[in-house]
Amino acid sequence: MGYIRAKDVVVDFPIYGGVSRSLKSTFLRAATGGVLAKDAAERVFVRALDRVSFEFKEGDRVGLVGQNGSGKSTLLRVLAGTYEPVSGELEIRGRVGAMLNIWLGMDLEATGRENIYLRGTIMGLRRRQIEHLIDEISEFTELDDYLHMPMRTYSSGMAMRLAFAVSTCVPADIILMDEWLSAGDSIFAERAKDRLRRLLDKAKIMVLASHDTTLISSVCNRVMTLDHGAVASMEDLPVEPDRVPAKVSILSFQGER
Amino acid sequence: MVWFSSRYLALAAQDLAGSLFDTHVWIALGWQEVQQRYRRSKLGPFWLTISTGAMVAGMGPLYGRLLNVDLTTYFAYLATSLVVWQLIAGVVLDSCQAFISAESVIKQIKLPLSMQVLRVVWRNLIIFAHNFIIIIVVLVLYPPNFGWHMLLMPLGLCVLCINAVWIGLALGMVCARFRDIPQIVQSLLQLLFFLTPVMWRADTLGRNVWAANINPLYHFVEIVRTPLLIGPASVMSWACVGFITIVGWLLTFAVFARFRGRIAYWV
Repeated sequence: MGYIRAKDVVVDFPIYGGVSRSLKSTFLRAATGGVLAKDAAERVFVRALDRVSFEFKEGDRVGLVGQNGSGKSTLLRVLAGTYEPVSGELEIRGRVGAMLNIWLGMDLEATGRENIYLRGTIMGLRRRQIEHLIDEISEFTELDDYLHMPMRTYSSGMAMRLAFAVSTCVPADIILMDEWLSAGDSIFAERAKDRLRRLLDKAKIMVLASHDTTLISSVCNRVMTLDHGAVASMEDLPVEPDRVPAKVSILSFQGER
Repeated sequence: MVWFSSRYLALAAQDLAGSLFDTHVWIALGWQEVQQRYRRSKLGPFWLTISTGAMVAGMGPLYGRLLNVDLTTYFAYLATSLVVWQLIAGVVLDSCQAFISAESVIKQIKLPLSMQVLRVVWRNLIIFAHNFIIIIVVLVLYPPNFGWHMLLMPLGLCVLCINAVWIGLALGMVCARFRDIPQIVQSLLQLLFFLTPVMWRADTLGRNVWAANINPLYHFVEIVRTPLLIGPASVMSWACVGFITIVGWLLTFAVFARFRGRIAYWV
């Protein structure tokens, strides 16, 4: 089961502090980012998503593109269910797995094992389910006995491997990613790619926000472009994607940009 | 956006029910925070026990004389009062950061928001359990009035925790939205420590005992402390606490229902 439908979804960010006084006009269009506006009560807010409508169905691999501040990350958080839209309708069916920050909830002073438990718990796993995952994570990250050591003793590569492995251990129907996940040296990066591919193959829908059009054209079959918080375009990519970043890019799409 | 609707109430109820159902999440988070704070320290959270113990041992003789009371009963009174007060003060202070400190989780994963408050209350209960050793030691050294009424203490503690959750929700929301509030709460709490009969007894006020009775915190301390020392807490204390529990929850639930969806934007 995987289905997302958004109709006229609006997200406003309130701006607190002394900004309102310095805003002379009631309607300002920022160079990048959403539209700055004031409401009746003279409160200043940024319209991060402006009547966004779309429908994602099973099999959709959606690439979200747009310049910085165009609303990509905000939209991902709306889909993750953490930002509730100010208005509009949103229907999400299926278990959502948000991989927006792979370091979420990790404590450097805690051991690798403790971190796996902690993160697993936040992601909705029960103790027993996590116990089953430990061996698999230990093998994949090649950390073995290091899992009993505090994470602060890890090299950055080891910490990265652990964070990556934990983030990608729970299958979900809908996977949200802010930039493609990759980790570690070339040998590990290859295995990481395999692991991510397996996870994505199980997922019904993937939404990936990225600036890398080459990447998007190789892993996505639809592209949604956001501009100042509104949907500027929505198009299907011509070729059935390989779902793994390939070296060859699809030129037609690059031409569009 | 609709200003208020029954859907908001349903979602807020769902949020609270979700937290109560997924107890393992906030229990794990609360434990981890206590551990995190005392990692690599040999005594860990027992440092709190020691510091509270030192406070009782140090302040007991001094204030006992200043207030001109019998030291044998004053030690037991001071120990239980301080430990209960630390629980209340800890919950109030930490609640201010309940949502702010959980920003990264709140923005990435959809979890019941009330879970963050339960995490705070639970963490303070763990600390309370460590401090409780002081109460046991003092009560062994200076035996109080033992009896069945002591069983009212767990009941009082439960009622206190039920209130801690609404106080935590309310403070957590207000502090996430208005960042000056944590400072105000901190100062107020310091003042309230002296205004509330924690170190001194309400009956020493004589005709002015109303000054203690109008203080809700006094009644909260009473329902947990008195069963351990003398006997059941007064009917007035229970009535006040009962009233505050109902009104506090009703008001907080309405506010939580209205602004629950905005918390992620505030933090």
